Amino acid sequence: MKSSVIVFPGSNCDRDIEVALEKMQFKNQMIWHKETKLPKSDLIVLPGGFSYGDYLRSGAIAGKSLIIDEVIKAANDGCLILGICNGFQILTETGLLKGTLLRNKNLKFVNKDIKVKVVNSETKFSNKYKKDEVLKINIAHNEGNFFTDNSHLQELKENDLIAFKYCDEKGNINDQSNPNGSLENIAGIYNSKKNILGMMPHPERMVDKSISSTDGINLFSSLLN
Amino acid sequence: MKFSITVTLKKDVLDPQGKVVQNTLINMGLNLKNIRQGKYFEIELHEKDQNKAEKNIDEMCKKLLVNLIIEDYKINKL
Repeated sequence: MKSSVIVFPGSNCDRDIEVALEKMQFKNQMIWHKETKLPKSDLIVLPGGFSYGDYLRSGAIAGKSLIIDEVIKAANDGCLILGICNGFQILTETGLLKGTLLRNKNLKFVNKDIKVKVVNSETKFSNKYKKDEVLKINIAHNEGNFFTDNSHLQELKENDLIAFKYCDEKGNINDQSNPNGSLENIAGIYNSKKNILGMMPHPERMVDKSISSTDGINLFSSLLN
Repeated sequence: MKFSITVTLKKDVLDPQGKVVQNTLINMGLNLKNIRQGKYFEIELHEKDQNKAEKNIDEMCKKLLVNLIIEDYKINKL
């Protein structure tokens, strides 16, 4: 499976996702944001970081960069797109995903391992997980407070487009297990065709037992399935 | 031709920064009812026709400066 990771000035999780993809036997290429041609890819990743220093709004400037037109074209042709953290913010700024990520409710940058529940386990990104499985994944962000309008929220629920929700160890989804104030504890969503996933947690940080957990591995092995 | 643009969060969107500023002012003993924090831009155009200029500014707001899901904006000619 061929993957491309788009690198913006200020991306800082691009190397981590590269290591994770290569560990999982993806044939990966790093693509600088000024490129205007994208190599044929089965998966495009928009990595975490602080593209353009979060100027204007997180992801706003990266969402208008040269390579993004190619990403949008590929997405419309059905290519799989994964946006992690800042990548999720970029996806909302391009319009590929609806909704937006606001400043964390408690105004603090949150960097810790949290728990998320797999809400939909039947997509290209999640088929190796079990429904309602609780994963330990790291989050590290200042603007991760997912917000959208009521009609989009209804669409997310009715069409099973919620990927992950923040929860506690036992899988309870409540205010105490919500690290950033996200609407209904939403940690990741799909587009209507389910070929685009945006998520705030970092699965690429959870692929090696010696430094963390391995709860992120199944996201990548799902893609290979 | 020069314009100013004020971008504010929509009424129903939580403004945690505004809240902190508000609480700080209240803690300083200053009296106020409510604060909403926003952004301010000044843009100078080559365009001489005001109608066209306003259209240009509006396009800039919609395409980049404003996130229409959560923000409102006001354009003012300076």
